[in-house]
Amino acid sequence: MLGGKGIKLRIQGVCKTFNGRRNDVEALQATSFEVQEGEFVTILGPSGCGKSTILRIVAGLTEPTAGRVLLDGREIKGPGPDRGMVFQSYTLFPWLTVRRNIEFGLELRGVPAAERHAISQHYIELVGLKGFEEAYPVSLSGGMKQRVAIARALANDPEILLMDEPFGALDAQTRLIMQEILLKVWEESRKTILFVTHDVEEAVFLSDTVHVMTARPGQIKETVQINLPRPRTYEMKDEPEFLRLKKRLLDLIRAESLKAV
Amino acid sequence: MLLRQDISKSLYSGLGAAHFALLFAIWSLLAYGHLVPASLLPTPGEVARTAIEMIQDGSLVEHALVSTFRVTSGFLISAVIAVPLGILMGTWKWALGFFEPMFGFVRYMPASAFIPLFILWLGLGEPEKIMVIFWGTFFQQVLMVMDVTKNVPLELIEVSYTLGAKGFSVFNRVIIPASLPGIVDTLRITFGWAWTYLVVAEIVGASSGLGYAIMHAARFGHTGKIFVCILTIGLLGMITDLIFKFIYNVLFAYQRRGT
Ligand SMILES: Nc1ncnc2c1ncn2[C@@H]1O[C@H](COP(=O)(O)OP(=O)(O)OP(=O)(O)O)[C@@H](O)[C@H]1O
Ligand SMILES: [Mg+2]
Repeated sequence: MLGGKGIKLRIQGVCKTFNGRRNDVEALQATSFEVQEGEFVTILGPSGCGKSTILRIVAGLTEPTAGRVLLDGREIKGPGPDRGMVFQSYTLFPWLTVRRNIEFGLELRGVPAAERHAISQHYIELVGLKGFEEAYPVSLSGGMKQRVAIARALANDPEILLMDEPFGALDAQTRLIMQEILLKVWEESRKTILFVTHDVEEAVFLSDTVHVMTARPGQIKETVQINLPRPRTYEMKDEPEFLRLKKRLLDLIRAESLKAV
Repeated sequence: MLLRQDISKSLYSGLGAAHFALLFAIWSLLAYGHLVPASLLPTPGEVARTAIEMIQDGSLVEHALVSTFRVTSGFLISAVIAVPLGILMGTWKWALGFFEPMFGFVRYMPASAFIPLFILWLGLGEPEKIMVIFWGTFFQQVLMVMDVTKNVPLELIEVSYTLGAKGFSVFNRVIIPASLPGIVDTLRITFGWAWTYLVVAEIVGASSGLGYAIMHAARFGHTGKIFVCILTIGLLGMITDLIFKFIYNVLFAYQRRGT
């Protein structure tokens, strides 16, 4: 397992019930887990099991009904730039160029232009978007938009990167390529990542640790360590150990998905 | 023919021109063919002559300037209040709860019904006329701006929080730029409506302006003059519309591919 440099994120007894007009929806049962510094942790679960809810609570965008979240030992209260987020839907600012999108957080912090430029250039090249610096989001493909969104979150140098099905809206081919780009970026930046998906292969390919969730109201059903060597390549997807882990997760999640439909 | 499918630019403008030509032909037929008495429908030639006369004696320009001043003043005063207030209502539920019910209520009271009150309160001068246009424009405008702002995707605001935006910078850097195209469009549409309140504003107690000129001409049976004034209002409205569209295209070029 990578990391081991200490615990970055502690989720302690976090649960969430949404109070609706007619009835209350219990989205998440008391959930606790930890994320090591530099670790790639994935939450895998069937549709509607509360994956986004967990991520939004960590981001500070949703208040938990009970429990707390500690980042570097400090309880989080509300959203902040120490927790970068990439959403499934495209959230680039359409009136800003690729470069200005990536520099958004740096501009807010008042980083001088020359330094901003150097940082954005680094991430533009890292996600393979050289030549698109001055393009506006409207003329980018879905995969490019998500790469800009990842670069924008990373340029802000957050303590942890939260990703909520960032490739969910992309076609299957683009998705595979994006996974490889993300791994490359992660290996380079060594950010702690908390990732959400319902795609089993994606979870195995990317993660150090996978938490499999039950159907709604969600809680962690089982935690699986993915001890595949790094750096990972797409050829590894055919290896027995990869297939074994994939089968294991599939079995776990299939039972839950059946409950969810 | 497939629905919503694009057609060539020349065909598109050709269709528009054909409509004008058709209307003109019908008008000419009715007027020159004496199918409608001249006292009710002037001929195109007479309208043209009247227009030239009114331009030469300076009355048309004067009326047009006075009217433009009134419409623009009422519109601008309205916009200066409606845009910030609409943005606030679209983002902050307290403001929404406080203002929306009352605005939704007043919106259904016709501005023209307030004219006698405005005359009592403000007299017969410019403030009263500007007030009518303001009243007719403001409530629609503020509610439309509110709607535009409400439709800014929540995730755009949320992602800005996770990038470190808070307080005023969320307005400044996300909500306002995201709403701006819709706001400019709202201004364009409501400016058109402001023109429609002009004649109502100038019916009573005016001694200049296109609306006044129309009422005055009607009293003396000068249908030619009525036509000239109505066409002038249409033309002025179209010009402002084009100006707004031009501004929109320049400011929001980022919405088009290939820029
Ligand atoms: N704001 C809300 N109000 C009421 N119910 C909500 C709200 N947000 C989420 N829920 C409900 O809570 C449950 C969990 O939602 P959540 O979005 O966390 O699931 P998810 O695992 O991310 O699902 P998906 O795979 O569809 O993204 C769902 O049943 C959802 O309908
Ligand atoms: Mg979700």
